[in-house]
Parts: sequence; C-alpha cells; structure tokens
Amino acid sequence: MSSGLLFAIVGCLLFVFGLGGVILLDHLLRRILAFNLMGSGTFLVLVGLAQRDGTPDPVPQAMVLTGIVVAVAATALALALARRLHTGASNPPPPANPTCRDDRHA
Amino acid sequence: MPDDLFDPLVWLILLPILWAVLTFLPGPGRGAVVAIVSLCLQLGCAVRLTADIIAHGARTHLAGGWPAPLGIPLAADGLAAAMLVLTQAVGLAVALYARSYFRDGSSLWFWPLTGFLFAGMNGLFLSGDLFNLYVTLELVGLAAVGLVANGGKAEQAAAALRYLMASLIGSGAYLFGVALVYGACGTVALDHLAGMISAPVPPALWLAFALMAAGLLLKTALFPLHYWLPPAHGDAPAPVSALLSALVVKASFYLFLRLWLGPFACLVALAPMLAWLPALLGSAAVLYGSWMAIRAERLKMLIAYSTVAQLGYLFLIFPVFGGGALALQAGLLHATAHGTAKAAMFIAAGTLIRVGENDSVRGMAGVANQLPVTLFAFALAGVSLMGLPPSGGFLAKWLLIDAALSSGQLWIAVVAITGGLLASVYIFRVLHLAFRVPDGREELRPRPVPAAMEWTALLLATASVGLGLFAMPLFALLERVGT
Amino acid sequence: MLTLLAGLLVSALFDLPPAQIRLPVFVADHLAESGVRHPVTAVLLNFRGYDTFLEVVVLLLALVGVLASGLPKDRSPFTGNVLLQALARHALPLMLLAAVYLLWAGAHQPGGAFQAAAVLAAAAVLFELSGIRTSKRPDPRWFRRITSAGVLLFFAVAAAMLGNGALLQYPPEQAGFFILLIESGLTLSLAVNLAAFFLLRSTEPGDAQATDNEP
Repeated sequence: MSSGLLFAIVGCLLFVFGLGGVILLDHLLRRILAFNLMGSGTFLVLVGLAQRDGTPDPVPQAMVLTGIVVAVAATALALALARRLHTGASNPPPPANPTCRDDRHA
Repeated sequence: MPDDLFDPLVWLILLPILWAVLTFLPGPGRGAVVAIVSLCLQLGCAVRLTADIIAHGARTHLAGGWPAPLGIPLAADGLAAAMLVLTQAVGLAVALYARSYFRDGSSLWFWPLTGFLFAGMNGLFLSGDLFNLYVTLELVGLAAVGLVANGGKAEQAAAALRYLMASLIGSGAYLFGVALVYGACGTVALDHLAGMISAPVPPALWLAFALMAAGLLLKTALFPLHYWLPPAHGDAPAPVSALLSALVVKASFYLFLRLWLGPFACLVALAPMLAWLPALLGSAAVLYGSWMAIRAERLKMLIAYSTVAQLGYLFLIFPVFGGGALALQAGLLHATAHGTAKAAMFIAAGTLIRVGENDSVRGMAGVANQLPVTLFAFALAGVSLMGLPPSGGFLAKWLLIDAALSSGQLWIAVVAITGGLLASVYIFRVLHLAFRVPDGREELRPRPVPAAMEWTALLLATASVGLGLFAMPLFALLERVGT
Repeated sequence: MLTLLAGLLVSALFDLPPAQIRLPVFVADHLAESGVRHPVTAVLLNFRGYDTFLEVVVLLLALVGVLASGLPKDRSPFTGNVLLQALARHALPLMLLAAVYLLWAGAHQPGGAFQAAAVLAAAAVLFELSGIRTSKRPDPRWFRRITSAGVLLFFAVAAAMLGNGALLQYPPEQAGFFILLIESGLTLSLAVNLAAFFLLRSTEPGDAQATDNEP
C-alpha cells in the first residue's frame, strides 16, 4: 500500500466523521468544525488518491489550495452568522455542552 | 466567430463580478442603477450567445488558452444557453422590482451579493470542469446565504445559518465525489469524462456519483432534503425569495442533469432503476409540498412550499428519458415556466405584504381592490403553476404526461395531474380571499405603489404564460445539447 | 449507516485501476511556457488560473456576507497580557518579513500570495490581540477599496488577456511578469480580507469599521 493510498483511506474516514458530525451534532461551533473536518478529509483523498502510484501530481495540490480558501470563506460566513445568533437573539440556541471556552470571544 | 475581446460567453461571467465590486465600493444601500444597466448588458450577451449556438452549434472557450484536461474549458450548449437567458431575464425583472422595493438605502448589501450570485450562476452554467463547478457552486451558495442574512435580523440569521449548513453538506459531498473521480480518471473535464467512463465501472465511481447526486439533490431541496428551504425562502425579503426560488435551486438541478446526461450517463445506462429514486422522491415532494402549502398560514411560506412541490416535478423526468427528446423539453420548459412564475409570485407577494402590512394568508382579504395589477400578476403566475392552458406550466406538464405515457410510466402522469389539482387548491385559497369584500369595513380603494413593483410582476407572470405559446425557440436550443 | 459508508469508500479505494490520464506529464511539458518554475504555482496561476480568480471572488463575497450578517458592537478580544505584547513586538516584524519572502518564493517553491496573505492576516490579528494600541481607525471606504483591489486587478488582467485569445491567456514571454503582478497585488488585498473576518466591528448599525492595522 503506497503512502498516497494511505492518505486517501484516512481522508475517507475523516470525511465520514465530519459528515456525521455536521448532520448529527447540535452545537453550532462543533458542526462548523465538523464541516472543516469533512473538507480536510476530501483534500486528503484528492491528493492521496491521485498520487497512489507514487508520482506527485501538482494539479490536485493546486485544487486543494483553492479548496482550502473556499472552505475558509465558508467557515468565516458560518462563524459570523453563529456569532450574530449568539449575541443578538433573545433566545440564543442552547449549546449541547455549555463550555465557557466557546463563549470567551463572543 | 465573435470578436474575442467581446465574447459574450466570457462577459456573462465577468460583468457580474465587475458590478458586484462596483456596487460594494460605495458602501451599503447603493448600486441599483449599475446593477440594472449591467443586467441589461448580460441579457444581451445571453441572447447573442443563444443566437450563436443556434447558428453554429455548441461553443467552447478555453480559460487560460489551455485545452482540457490541463486547463479549464468553458462550454455553452443549448441547455446552458436556455438557462442563461432565463437567469438574466428573471434577474433583470427582479432587479427592477428591487430598486423600488428597497427605498432609501435599506438594501444594505443586496446589490453586491446579487452580483456575486449572478457571477456564480453564469459561471456554473458555462463551466466544463467538475472542480470549477464546485467553486461556482460555492459562489452561488454563499451569495444566496448572504442574501438571506442581509439585514442582520435574528430570524434571518437563523434561516441563513440553516441554509448555509445544508449548502455546505451538499457541496462537501459533491467535492468528495470530485476527489474520487479525479483519483479514478485523472481528469475532471466533463467532455473527457463522458468518453472515459464505460463498463466495467469501478465502485469508486458509483460512490462518487451517489455522493455528488446526494449533495446536489440536497441543494435542490428535493424531499426529504428540503427542510432548509421554507424558512430561507419564506423569511427573506421578497426580491431575495424570488431569486432563490426561481433561479438558485435551478442551478444545482442543472448540474445534476448535466452529470446524469454527461459523465455518468454510462452508470445510468447500466442501472436504469436508478432513475426511479429521484422520481419517487419528486412525487413525494409534489404531494408533501402542496399539502404544506395548502395549510400554510403565511403567504410567503405558502409560496415557498409551492416551490418544494414544483421542484418535485423536475425530477419526474428522469425515468422517461427513453421517450425521446420529450423528457428534456418537459424539464427545461418546466424549469423556465416555474422560474418566471415563481419570481412573479414572490414579488407580487412582496408588494401585497408591504401594502397590507400583513404577511398572513388571511390578511389578503379584499386586496383585489387595492392592488389589482399585482393581484392579476399573482393569479396569472398561479395559472402557470397549476398548469392551466395555454401557459408554459401547462405545456410542460403535457409534455411530461406524454413522455410518461409513451414510456409506460403511468404513475408519473397521475402524479403530475394530482399535483396540478393540489396547486389549484392553494392558489385559489389566496385568490378567493383576495376578491372578497370584507363585511363591516369600508370599501378599500387602490393604494399607490411604485409602478415598477407592480408591472415587473405582471411582466414575469405574462412571460410564464406566454411560454406555452412561444416554446419553439426553447426546443430549438435543446437540439444543440452536447455532452 | 455512516460506518457502512466509510467501509464502502475505503474498500472502493482498493479496487481502482490506474487512471487513464496522467496530468503531471502535461504540466511538466508546458511548465517552461508557464512563466514560473514551480509546477503547483504554474497550475494555480496559469493552467487553472480561472479557478484562482473565482476563489478570490469567493473570499470577497464571504466578506460582504459577513458584513451583511451584522457585525458585533463589542471590541475585539484584548488579553492585556504583557508577555504577549512583548512577544508580539518581536514577532510582528519577523512575520512581515516571512510574508514578503513567501510571496517571492512562490515562483519556484511552495509559497505565493495566499500563504503570504495568511501570515499577514495572522500578524494583524496578533497585533490586535496583544493590545498594542493605535489611535488610527481606518476609514471604511479605504477598507472597501483595498479589499476590492485584488479582485479588480485580477479582473483587469484577465479581461485584458481576452485580446490575446482567451480569458487569462498570458503571452508566454510575459507570463511570469503577469503572474508576479497578480500575486503581489493580491497579497495585501487578501490579507486585509482575511484579517477582517476576525477583526471587523461595527460602531453604528449598518456601518462597517475595521479595527485592524495596516502593516
């Protein structure tokens, strides 16, 4: 098994973990983190699968760079909305496990 | 060959980006005129591109000058051109409406966000590269979410966040599919893939198709993945709801159709039963969406659930592709008729709600006297949604039923007819109330409303009905569908 | 059900025949004409430059979306930790230097505009967090101009290249120049864009005012 294939397998697992997290979790911040996990898994598969025979491939690497930027943009928007909900709503959505760590930067 | 510097294909993507930035620079609440002028230019580009395609066939433009698979090809065939014309036309009408709707600077960031939305949609219709399609998909998704959130009210933020999470799951699944495809085939260019994927098909590609389809169906709000749509479309300002229901959901449907007919056509041919899944879910959408619309309390929720139902129709075409060109014609015509009708309905509702200061269905009592033009537009749009002749909606359903019967899929015809009947229930619910003169209140006189707001709705609704009579150019385009 | 999906995916990975198209060969063949020496940079800014253009647009779009969602009124977090301030005073110039190097190095090593912008944005956030105060509050109009400048520059180059045959099609001799132009122009714009995600605060409803510093 080449290293590329190993990356791809881990990527699949991360993607599934992330997907499960986004669908099943309640806490907004955790869902956003899970989405990022999905993205990381996808990027691993993108690069790893293409390089499974050992030769490095620049095209998926460039795609991953683009993908990271797009994920950052989406995460920023999601966080801004979550922040808006937290500070503005009269009944803020209850976090599944309230921890002060999450609230420090509100 | 058109002059390269003014190639309409490219400017359909560049123009919206330009006006998005230009309307961002002066700050919040500005930019209506720039947007409207630009949309006129874009409509001109779309029409010119369409004429080009009818005359010379499908066109490509290689971004960067590099041919696929190294570079990113932009491609326009008949289907793409039809979607482009629909998008710019509806966009122009909604923009004219929005200029009057958002008086005195209350539009905040509506115009830059709409510019980005159009850049994404046009980019999506014109892209021939799976990864580039992902970027355009995100562009559309994030712009749409921004439009829902624009204004900063808490309900908007909540609806926007739910929409965003659904959108991200959808595009995330799609991207994973793209990763699998690249790993399996070594390219993400649509035209190359169509030729490369043939039996035997590795399991990774089956999974890729499943993931990409699931992601796109989520973004098209197909039952039961529709949960995010009613709040997003129902709670947003009227012009935003119009853009979302009429155009944004069509973009992901277009992509799904493109994948079905293009790279993954071999998979579909190997497993024809696959087509039943979207059709069954579509039927459920028609029934469930109509039922919820009948029971809706708020006018915009009624219209939003109607969108869920109408989107279901689009998926009924998949099992009947064996019946020749009818299926594609039915699908495209339905998308176009619904796009114009739903946009008309939402902006008419926006006017009604603004004047009546009441957004519930019951609040529509007696409004026929106050806003006759707007109500007529609403009714006309309803005619198309119900599928009454001679509207575009009627012709689309007729073609669908025809295709269904000739393929022996009787149940699809039944669903289509039932859906039409259910639609008439919720449409007439509104109209019946609107024409009633409430007892014990004085006669209400017509209220003044900016002409643009009323007449754009009427224009769109008339277009939707007129499509039934003038559908031939649309079908001529479909003969130029390339892979 | 998720475990089933995971299992299916992993097993599918083992059952793949080798890909029919090998793009690294294509990239290597055309690397000389691309204007840069590093294959990933060549793909990012030349062969698939259109993707990069759209990605910059997405970043600006996200910024407008953040503005549209409503900005919080409170000040950004400020720890008041003296140790952090001391660290920041030393680290910030180094970070600026690193950013410039990353930008320049992108032509022949991993690096480039996005990486440099990320470092700059991190520097801005560190600056704000450490509490090194400045009385200057940037004008919202300039903030919008700087963040838009990157997209406009990229747009101008892309459209200008239409005269050369296609969108973003560089003439081979000048490809390196245009790529460097775009990369440099993008860096500041992207850095402000990224920093703004974290640092933007509103003083009045509907008005956006940045509290980040310009390097």
